[in-house]
Amino acid sequence: MSFNWSKFSAPLAFYPVAGKMIPWFSVAAALTIAAGLYVGLLIAPTDFQQGDSYRIIFVHVPAAWMSMFLYVVMAVWAGVGMGLNARLSFMMAQAIAPTGAMFTFLALLTGAMWGKPTWGAWWVWDARLTSELILLFQYAGVMLLRTSIDDMRRADRASGVCALVGVVNIPIIYYSVQWWNTLHQGASVSMTAAPKMATLMLVAMLLMTFGFWMYSIAVVLGRVRCVILERENLLAWNKPSPAPEVAEAQS
Amino acid sequence: MSRPGLWDAVRGVVRRDLMLAMRRPSDVAMSVFFLVIVASLFPLGVGPEPAVLKTIAAGVLWVAALLACLLSLGRVFTADYLDGVLEQMVLIAQPLPVLVVGKVFAHWVVSGLPVVVLSPFLGLQFGLDGEALWTLVLSLLLGTPTLSMIGAIGAALVLGVRGSGLLVALLVLPLYVPVLIFGAGAVTGSMAGVGGEANLSLLGACLVLSLFFAPWATAAGLRIALE
Amino acid sequence: MRGERRLFSNVNVTVQPGTVLAVVGENGSGKTSLLRMLTSLLPPEEGAILWNGQDIRQLKEDYSAHLTYIGHLNGVKDDLSAIENLTVTADLTGDQHSLPSVQEALESVGLKRRVHHLPTRVLSQGQKRRVALARLWLSTHPLWLLDEPFTSLDTAATGLVTERIRLHLQSGGLAVVVTHHEVALPPEVVQQLRLNG
Repeated sequence: MSFNWSKFSAPLAFYPVAGKMIPWFSVAAALTIAAGLYVGLLIAPTDFQQGDSYRIIFVHVPAAWMSMFLYVVMAVWAGVGMGLNARLSFMMAQAIAPTGAMFTFLALLTGAMWGKPTWGAWWVWDARLTSELILLFQYAGVMLLRTSIDDMRRADRASGVCALVGVVNIPIIYYSVQWWNTLHQGASVSMTAAPKMATLMLVAMLLMTFGFWMYSIAVVLGRVRCVILERENLLAWNKPSPAPEVAEAQS
Repeated sequence: MSRPGLWDAVRGVVRRDLMLAMRRPSDVAMSVFFLVIVASLFPLGVGPEPAVLKTIAAGVLWVAALLACLLSLGRVFTADYLDGVLEQMVLIAQPLPVLVVGKVFAHWVVSGLPVVVLSPFLGLQFGLDGEALWTLVLSLLLGTPTLSMIGAIGAALVLGVRGSGLLVALLVLPLYVPVLIFGAGAVTGSMAGVGGEANLSLLGACLVLSLFFAPWATAAGLRIALE
Repeated sequence: MRGERRLFSNVNVTVQPGTVLAVVGENGSGKTSLLRMLTSLLPPEEGAILWNGQDIRQLKEDYSAHLTYIGHLNGVKDDLSAIENLTVTADLTGDQHSLPSVQEALESVGLKRRVHHLPTRVLSQGQKRRVALARLWLSTHPLWLLDEPFTSLDTAATGLVTERIRLHLQSGGLAVVVTHHEVALPPEVVQQLRLNG
């Protein structure tokens, strides 16, 4: 059975579809996050090295993963938009950015919360945290570029190029920051050296990650509906009714 | 009907920009003075103790060079955008990315090369000597063109946008981080006795990558700005 | 579309060699946008622009090799002299750029020798426009796309430019001109397109 996707490529056609999907994803998110937190906070064993403060990892690591996944997804939507000249794709990219930035910030915040009891400092320049910080700047750049440009079409494309260039930068940043860390020894603190994973801990992590995915989809769909309303209204407001016909060329 | 050859077109673009730079030598002077001022701020802030300065030299000089490059980005395309020369350049019957390389090269000669030339003198001020000094120059020679090429992407994306000075910094600095790490790392490595070759070759790789990919992104940004 | 506003739709027009299409309409009716679409700088939302039957989006540089575009902006560097500007521009578009031909072009558009070597910064608006239009005397391209070419020009210069366009059409070239003024050319070579905003 072939599904006609192009039916939904018009923003106004997608609007109700998105609306129907949101409740499902919201419920899935609530359930899996609750389950993940339950396992992580209550059931998983206390780590013999770090005590109970390590539990923040169940938010920190999935949040960091999401921040990177979402950037890639955003870049993919931007790329699709540029290739197919599809406004809805750009709207999706526009809707994803704030959620991605939120997860990046969450990762940084929980990283700081972990650092304080464990190593006594609110911030450590370890590879992951530093990469996350730079990722936050990249999100900020994409979002600010969009808001600074008044012309919607140009804003879409410019922030699209920005996102695509940024996505190439992510692995480069990741490896160069690790390199930088090894260059300047003394960085024996590393959040990537997480406690050995007991099975239950792994289960909790996966549950949380899945839950964050569900949450992201729900929120992004909700936001894209707002974006659609905003932008389609703008379109309708300016459209002279009917679209002007041009007088036949006279010789 | 005739069209220019590829080499002629690139040479024409470079020639025009260098002619313009010669009419306004203050542009070159600005990069140079900025570099000196920023580098001088650090001893003023941190204290003149030679041991401390030597430790921070690599990072400070590289950051200063990076900032000088960042500040010069407003001059790559903006003037041409405002007087209509840019749209004429896009209409030249040769691939735009190649023309972009020419433009950025001319920009580097005016804004980046003076930084490279001045760097050993600043290095001496910070107590660098011998091999470290040489590594500094080499790292900047490889790094500043890369910074110009990458910076051009940002410059193209923000053409004509309000607040573009700060915005371009936000867009471009995350892209500059790897170059900074490798560049400063090369100098630090050679000071520590392990040699700067590893970092220098990584810098070289960055330069090659940027020469291949940045012009495409910049050309896309220019077309978007001109729509 | 400009911004999110639809400017015009259903434009269907063909321009034959030896004729000029005059695009007229009120301010904001999209004349400049239409012209920029013809240069390929601005892609149309719908529809296609064909050159000799081929879509210009496929032709890319092969299309822009055939055109000379003079827009609202002069494309002239203030710090360079008229001669330098024209020489570089002609060089970059593959046209004649020897010193005698450049000087001749500048004189043909009504600029006296004594201003040829001055930086264009010191010239008046009208003179700068003439420097921009001098390209028409050097151009070997068949398609001319001109946006309000007569702005800032006095009657004499307008006459010179119109005459140059006429000669261009006579030798088989074609032109699309956005203008407020009446194009003072024989009606059999002028086709008019009016855009309603």
